[in-house]
Amino acid sequence: MSKTTVHHAGNRLFLAAVVLACVWVLVPIYLLLINALSAPAEVTGFPKWFWPSFDLASIRFFLGFKGVTAALWSSVQVAVLTMVMAIGTGAPAGYALARFDFPGKQVFRFLVVMTRAFPLPLLALPLAVLFIRVGLDDTVLGLALVHTTLALPFAVLITYSLFSGIPYELEEAALTLGCNRVQAFFKVVMPLAAPGIAASAVFAFVVSWNEVFAAAVLTIEHRTLTAFLLQSLDVSPLPLKFAGGAALVVPALVFIFAVRKYLFAMWGIANR
Amino acid sequence: MPRLLPYLLLAPATAFLCLFFLYPFSLVAIDSLTRDGTWSLANFERMAGHWKFGPTLRNTLLLAAIVVPLQLTLALLMASMVTRLDRARGMVLYIFAIPLGISDLAAGLVWLAIFEQSGFLNSALSGLGLIDTPQLFLGYQSKGVIFTAVVLTELWRATAIMMVILVAGMGLIPKEYGEAAEVFGASRWQRFRRITLPLLKPSLQTALILRVIMAFEVFAVVLALGGTNLPVLMSETYNWQFTMQERGVAAAYAMVILAISVGFTVLILRLLHVPKEARP
Repeated sequence: MSKTTVHHAGNRLFLAAVVLACVWVLVPIYLLLINALSAPAEVTGFPKWFWPSFDLASIRFFLGFKGVTAALWSSVQVAVLTMVMAIGTGAPAGYALARFDFPGKQVFRFLVVMTRAFPLPLLALPLAVLFIRVGLDDTVLGLALVHTTLALPFAVLITYSLFSGIPYELEEAALTLGCNRVQAFFKVVMPLAAPGIAASAVFAFVVSWNEVFAAAVLTIEHRTLTAFLLQSLDVSPLPLKFAGGAALVVPALVFIFAVRKYLFAMWGIANR
Repeated sequence: MPRLLPYLLLAPATAFLCLFFLYPFSLVAIDSLTRDGTWSLANFERMAGHWKFGPTLRNTLLLAAIVVPLQLTLALLMASMVTRLDRARGMVLYIFAIPLGISDLAAGLVWLAIFEQSGFLNSALSGLGLIDTPQLFLGYQSKGVIFTAVVLTELWRATAIMMVILVAGMGLIPKEYGEAAEVFGASRWQRFRRITLPLLKPSLQTALILRVIMAFEVFAVVLALGGTNLPVLMSETYNWQFTMQERGVAAAYAMVILAISVGFTVLILRLLHVPKEARP
C-alpha cells in the first residue's frame, strides 16, 4: 500500500469514529422523542417501531396531568430568578476581578473555586429548616437562592474571563472623553460584553432548570418540573415519564445551541 | 480610582456565598454532630449501623471507579476528534456538547426509554429475532443490569463536560510543539502521549475534579432507572431526610459525601500538580 492510501484509510476510520460518536449522543435523545410523540398505547406497547406516529396524545396527557402546568410554571420562575440573581451578583464580582488588583483578591477567588469541591445540592438540607424559620419554605425564591449558589461561581468565572478580554484602554478613552465610570461601563464595556453575559445568563437558567435534589427537598406545593417528575417516578405511567423527560430535554437542546459559541469561554477559563 | 470600588463590587457575591454556602455547610456539620441538643456521634453510629450503609457506600464508590476512567478516555478521544476536525467542527462540537445541558433526571428517563420492558432494547432484540418475549432488565433481581444501565447513562450524560474542558485545554497548547515532534518523526500516539497529555494536566485536573464530585452526587439517574434497588449516598440522604424524617442521619450522610468529595479533590490536585511556571 502506498502512503496516500494508508492516509486515506486512516481518514475514513477517523470520520467513521466521529459519526459513531455523534450517533452515540443523538440516538438516545431520538428514542425518547419517539416515545413523547407517540400515543400512550404505543408507548406501553411492544414491540416498538423506531419511528414516531406523531400522535400528540402523550403530550396532551402530560400537560393535562394534575400539577404539571403548575410545576412547569414554577420551574420557569425559579430559573428566571436564579438567572437574575446569579448575573446580578456574579457580573460585578467578575468585573472587579478582571479590572482591579487589590488585597483580598486571592481570598475571594479561593472562595469561588472552593465551591467546586463541595456537593452543593446538599445545601438544601440545612436550608430547609432555616427557610421555615424565615418563611421562605416551599417558595420559588427560597429554591432560587440555592440554585443561585450553584450558578454564581460560574457566573463569576465566566464574566471574569469576558471582561478580561475587553481592553481597559477603551474605558480609559471614554473616561478622558468625559464619561464617568458608570457611563464608561454602560456605553463602552456593556455592548461588547452583552452577548457573553447573555450566554452566561442562559447557562444559569439551565443549571436551575435541570437541578433535581435541592428542588425535591425544598419544594412541596410549589414543586418544579424536576421535583414533580422525581417524586412521581414510582407511581406515574410511562407516557407521563417520557413526555416529562422530553419537556426537560427540548429546552436544553435549544439553550446549548444558543450558547454554543461560548462553551469554551465558559469552561476554558475553568483551567486558570 | 476609588480604592473601595472593587470591594463594593465583590460585596454582594461574597455576602451571598457566606450566607448560602459557608453558613449552611457549617449548619450541616453541626446537625450531623448533635442529637437532641447535645454533641454526640449518635447520628454517625446510626448511619453506619444501618444495613443499607455498606451497600450504599460500595455502590457509589464502585460507580465512580468504573465511570470516571471510562469517561476520561472517551472525553479525551472526543476532544482529540474535535481538535483534529476542520470541516463541520462547530456542528460536531455542538452535538458532543448536547448532554451538557441535560439534567441527570432527564438522562435517566432517556435511558429508561431504552431499558424498560417495552423499551427499545427489547424491541431491537426481538426485531433481530434474538428473544421471543421482552425481558425485564431493570427488575430488583437484576442489580447488575441496573448498574450497567446507570454506568451507560452516566457515560452518555457527563462525558460532555469533560470533553469541553479538554478541548479548551488542547486549544491552549502551542501547535509548534506537535509540529516539532512530527519533524523528528514522532507518531500520532507518541505526540499525544509525550506532548498533549503532559501539557493538558491543568485541564485534566479541572475536568477530573468536577466529574468526580458529580459522581458522588449521583442521584436522579439511579432513581429513574433502578428506583430503590440501587441505593447510593445521595438517595439515602434523601431517604433519611424525608421517609425516615431523621435529619441528623441525613446530615451525617451529607458529611460523608462532603468528606470523600473534598478528599478526592485534594488527591487529584496533588497527583496532577503543575508548578505555575510550567503552565502553558
